Amino acid sequence: MPARASLWTTLTAPLLRENPVTLQILGICSALAVTTTLATALTMAASLTVVVTLAAGIISLIRRHIPDTIRLIVQIVIIASLVIVIDQVLQAWFYDISRALSVFVGLITTNCLVLGRTEAFARHNPPGPAMVDALGNALGYSLVLVVIGTLRELLGKGELMGHAVLPLADQGGWFTPLSLMLLAPSGFFLLGGLVWAIRSWRPEQAEAPEFGPMPQKGPAE
Amino acid sequence: MSDLWSLFLRAGFAENMPLSLFLGLCTFLALSKRPATAMGLGVAMIGVMGVTVPLNQVVYDGLLAPGAWAWAGMPDLDLSYLALIAFIGVIAATVQLLEMVLDRYFPAIHAAFGVFLPLLTVQCAILAGSLFMVERRYSLPEAAVFGLGSGTGFALAVVLLSALRTRLAYADLPAGLRGLGITFLLTGLMSLGFASFALMAAP
Repeated sequence: MPARASLWTTLTAPLLRENPVTLQILGICSALAVTTTLATALTMAASLTVVVTLAAGIISLIRRHIPDTIRLIVQIVIIASLVIVIDQVLQAWFYDISRALSVFVGLITTNCLVLGRTEAFARHNPPGPAMVDALGNALGYSLVLVVIGTLRELLGKGELMGHAVLPLADQGGWFTPLSLMLLAPSGFFLLGGLVWAIRSWRPEQAEAPEFGPMPQKGPAE
Repeated sequence: MSDLWSLFLRAGFAENMPLSLFLGLCTFLALSKRPATAMGLGVAMIGVMGVTVPLNQVVYDGLLAPGAWAWAGMPDLDLSYLALIAFIGVIAATVQLLEMVLDRYFPAIHAAFGVFLPLLTVQCAILAGSLFMVERRYSLPEAAVFGLGSGTGFALAVVLLSALRTRLAYADLPAGLRGLGITFLLTGLMSLGFASFALMAAP
């Protein structure tokens, strides 16, 4: 049984140090597509957390019984079944948000983050640590989603969760909404800036330069 | 005919999968370091999307849509909630089949694809193509054109990005921006360009 401390590390490491979105390039598609408002970002984050944790638990439980050759299909079918349940729950109780998320709930199935965690961790570990690892990664993903969702909604509309926060210029306030924030390019810019900020703060995450300048020639002998 | 052509243009440019809808970004970013690999990925995407979207349209209309089983005396049966599993199954099978056929008859092309072909099973853009097809109720020819158009748009975007990244390989960037960071900013700028296609009215 792993010590409590190592479980704690498994849970917290993916939050910043090994964040799935900014370091491992996993699950970026949905991280950008659903972050125009904070509410959709939160729904997406919650759905993904449930799916990835349960999927890791289930796959880890039956990990000794999955033949290696067909493991991808088995994993995808398990994940897809969980996603269908989530999709039906959202359609039943949160219909408006479900419309706003459009096909992206279904796309959790092919979210690289889910398959990446089950493939890399849950397949080799007992259910307990597997679920903790999945939860940690999902929380790291949620953190990025919430940060970007907050920025985009606040700067794009002057609102948070649908409540006005910054007084708008056309209603007598001082804030002019940046409508670029609601369009696709701003998502890329914000995430690029976020990656830059995290890597400047923690330089060990920076990638090595692919090509350096030519080594200086020493003085002629 | 012109309807189909404008659908093709819309799927390829105005609603470009990676740049306007953020779909398939994982492979888009991971495999765009070299133009040669980007080219292979692009061609694979065109092939797989051109096949799976119309195939899924047939599966959905014939087996899953509400009322599809009316001929068997079950007009109320609605299996559309099974669409996700059915689509994934069709995509996985198509990719596997394509790989086997290419390996058997066109080994040169198969070698050019390398490891990307099996990876396409879990590509969000491909699954999204089929899901959009259901949401917008495309007919069979529309589905085929939509699949081809989206694949072409993806191929175009990934080849462009890889060309840009090759040029930037020698640039002296701040350490934190190297690699992933600058790629995001580049993609953002390309996305600005593609966003302007959405404002262009078709003549």
